[in-house]
Amino acid sequence: MTTTALPSRFRVPPSFLNYRFDKAYDEMFEAPGVPRAHYQALHKTLLGLPPEELRKSQQAADLTFLHEGITFTVYGSKEGTERIFPNDLVPRIIPAQEWAKIEKGLTQRVTALNLFLRDIYHEGRIFSEGVVPRELVYSCKHFRREMRGLNVPGDIYVSICGTDLVRLPDGSFAVLEDNLRVPSGVSYMLANRKVLKRVFPTMFRDYGVWPIDHYPQALLATLRSLVPENCAYKQDPATVLLTPGVSNSAYFEHTFLAQQMGIELVEGRDLLVHDNVVYMRTTAGPRRVDVIYRRVDDDFLDPLCFRRDTILGVPGLFNAYRAGNVTLANAIGTGVADDKAVYAFVPEIIRFYLQEDAILPNVPTFLLTDVVQRDYVLEHLEDMVVKAVGESGGYGMLIGPHSTKQQREEFRARVLADPRNYIAQPTLSLSCAPCLIDGEVESRHIDLRPYILMGEKVTLVPGGLTRVALRKGSLVVNSSQGGGSKDTWVLRAGNGDDRVTQNARTVLKDSLGFEGKKLA
Amino acid sequence: MLSRVADSLYWMSRYLERAEHTARLVDVELQLWLDQSPEAGAGRWRFLLEATRTLAAERAVDPTRLVNQLVFSRTNASSIVSCVATARENLRHVREQCSSEMWEQMNRLYLEVMETRPGEVWMLESHGFFRAVQEGAHLFQGITDGTMSHGEGWQYIQLGRYVERTDTVASLMETHFKRMAQPADQAVESGEYLEWVGLLRACVAFEAYCKAQTAEIRPLRVAEFLLLNPEFPHSVRFSVDRVNAALHVIGDLTERREKLPTRIAGRLRAQLSFSQIEEVMAGGSHAYLQNVRSECAQIHAAIHQIYFDYAIESELAS
Repeated sequence: MTTTALPSRFRVPPSFLNYRFDKAYDEMFEAPGVPRAHYQALHKTLLGLPPEELRKSQQAADLTFLHEGITFTVYGSKEGTERIFPNDLVPRIIPAQEWAKIEKGLTQRVTALNLFLRDIYHEGRIFSEGVVPRELVYSCKHFRREMRGLNVPGDIYVSICGTDLVRLPDGSFAVLEDNLRVPSGVSYMLANRKVLKRVFPTMFRDYGVWPIDHYPQALLATLRSLVPENCAYKQDPATVLLTPGVSNSAYFEHTFLAQQMGIELVEGRDLLVHDNVVYMRTTAGPRRVDVIYRRVDDDFLDPLCFRRDTILGVPGLFNAYRAGNVTLANAIGTGVADDKAVYAFVPEIIRFYLQEDAILPNVPTFLLTDVVQRDYVLEHLEDMVVKAVGESGGYGMLIGPHSTKQQREEFRARVLADPRNYIAQPTLSLSCAPCLIDGEVESRHIDLRPYILMGEKVTLVPGGLTRVALRKGSLVVNSSQGGGSKDTWVLRAGNGDDRVTQNARTVLKDSLGFEGKKLA
Repeated sequence: MLSRVADSLYWMSRYLERAEHTARLVDVELQLWLDQSPEAGAGRWRFLLEATRTLAAERAVDPTRLVNQLVFSRTNASSIVSCVATARENLRHVREQCSSEMWEQMNRLYLEVMETRPGEVWMLESHGFFRAVQEGAHLFQGITDGTMSHGEGWQYIQLGRYVERTDTVASLMETHFKRMAQPADQAVESGEYLEWVGLLRACVAFEAYCKAQTAEIRPLRVAEFLLLNPEFPHSVRFSVDRVNAALHVIGDLTERREKLPTRIAGRLRAQLSFSQIEEVMAGGSHAYLQNVRSECAQIHAAIHQIYFDYAIESELAS
């Protein structure tokens, strides 16, 4: 028989032939070939879709991203620094009761961290009671002594928080790190959803997914609740988003959020301070500014107070802030609480301020200032992830299992030279989720960054940014390091979980997809 | 609206208008060149330099180098390539203010211009290239009018275009009149015919002029048409009317009606509305056009001073 040779993947729906299982928790399958209840419908859809269709959908999605300019900037690469953020079409699904726990855990965590920040910049009870060592906090790169004794509106330091969660092999969520300075990525969360709704409308509706589209409005409400002490229009504070400018890696997000919230997108040179009041230069004359959602790091905010060589900032801004004439969100000096060495103390911080146990556990962390822990880490470098405490975005880290001898030696020297600047964690196997790679479904490691808003109350939009390590076997999900993202569906209560039916299992066994080697 | 945003939109528009104008001017010159004697040709090149206010390093003009300088040079801020690149850069800084269609069109034009190699244009197909630049600019203008709210930002785009047009057309006429005899109200000699048609073409005005005045080219009527016609979009008067209209809307929107830019623009507009070409010529076309250009420069400076770059202390004091 002579059939012309079309590559098999053009004829049959995507198989799960290349879908690998390892010791990591698998989001979709409870066992090879047996999807978890809340993934069954998706699994079925994937098996039924012809690959041309999927490919077309993926192309359409990529084009949408390109045309809408949903891009980020890669630092340190020579050519074409604007890239699209790769999007994977297979959604990640979180059942209602799992989300409920995440929501409770994150609310608890950010509440405690906020109390911690208030405390360390005022009385310092947590030091005097010996829970967190004073020198640990004072030696943080992001500790700002200028903030000592300064009161911020509503005592809210952290208005916007993005906390990275990972799922451990036993299926439980743990906190990998907190981002309390200027967390980014929320625009991709919204963009992914927009694209997914276009690609899988029916499945989306049938799944009963919580909407997330109100995030910009919730963010605006949060910002507007942070009225500075001296504000003429307390009902309607003038709110702006301060961006470092076009060359910033998250510039797209800044324009997007400003547009969605209907507020002005300003650069440092648009603002000026006169008599400790902040104004923006408009064509109709100077206009007073009350609340600044700043996406500029502490260091660059005010050349009179922090780094002198900055041109991104506004001279005199800190004085206006201190005078209670303007609110900055997040507050200055919040970076202390996401210092990776302080991170190790967060469970104690929660217990200290809230008299509760942490709902979401930490990942085990070795402090390298401690000689015993340091020696242990240095002996086991190839199993460890070593991170610089004040860095983010996947810069300045060593992934033991994927490192060369030379890199390990380099980090050993760095750690010994400045132990306070590094922490180590055992290499985690992040959970895996199905991704569409070249028309096939393969598993890739993922994490989850939900966004927590804290104004008069704490708000979590049900969802977050699921980041994907698109390189096979890679554990690094950061966009700057070859990561991508996918839409995150949080299900309404009652959906999915209790629907493991015999029927569904039968359908699966009949399907072609699991004739693969891995099933045996 | 933020001053920085208004400033970027204004300059974006000025640069795009300048690119379009230069493209048309060079295109017309290259075509006239085919019909001319070598001596007349050399004169035309010097004219082109003056009309575009380009400084030539040497006295003897080499056409290839000149065109390269006007079209591709990155050191000449007014070359077509520089203008398009600067227009795009200005728009990039205020992307959230424009429609995505506008951004896409600006990008397309930019890529097209950047991909063109000097040799290709000079050797062949030059007309196609200059047309593409003009069409690209027209398309951008149409997309802008069709997809962007006609609010304050749009008004700055209008302002930029027509301030630039007033200046370029006035400058072109000034240079032209300097080398021609006093324009008379009778049909030109065949020797001068091409020069006057060239002037009209450089302002896309040939067809519109013929409709208004028949194909008989009378220099005085050409001058009148380009300077005082209230309906033709590339005439000085039309452009000043538009500048004036945009400034009025902006004045209303920002509640700064009585400010300097509106006053100067109103004065210039009145002058152009009530001037007669015979008077203009009697008083000297050179002085008249110089005055138009100087008023135009004052409008530009006043816009900057009032809307973009004011001293904050004085504003807060008042």
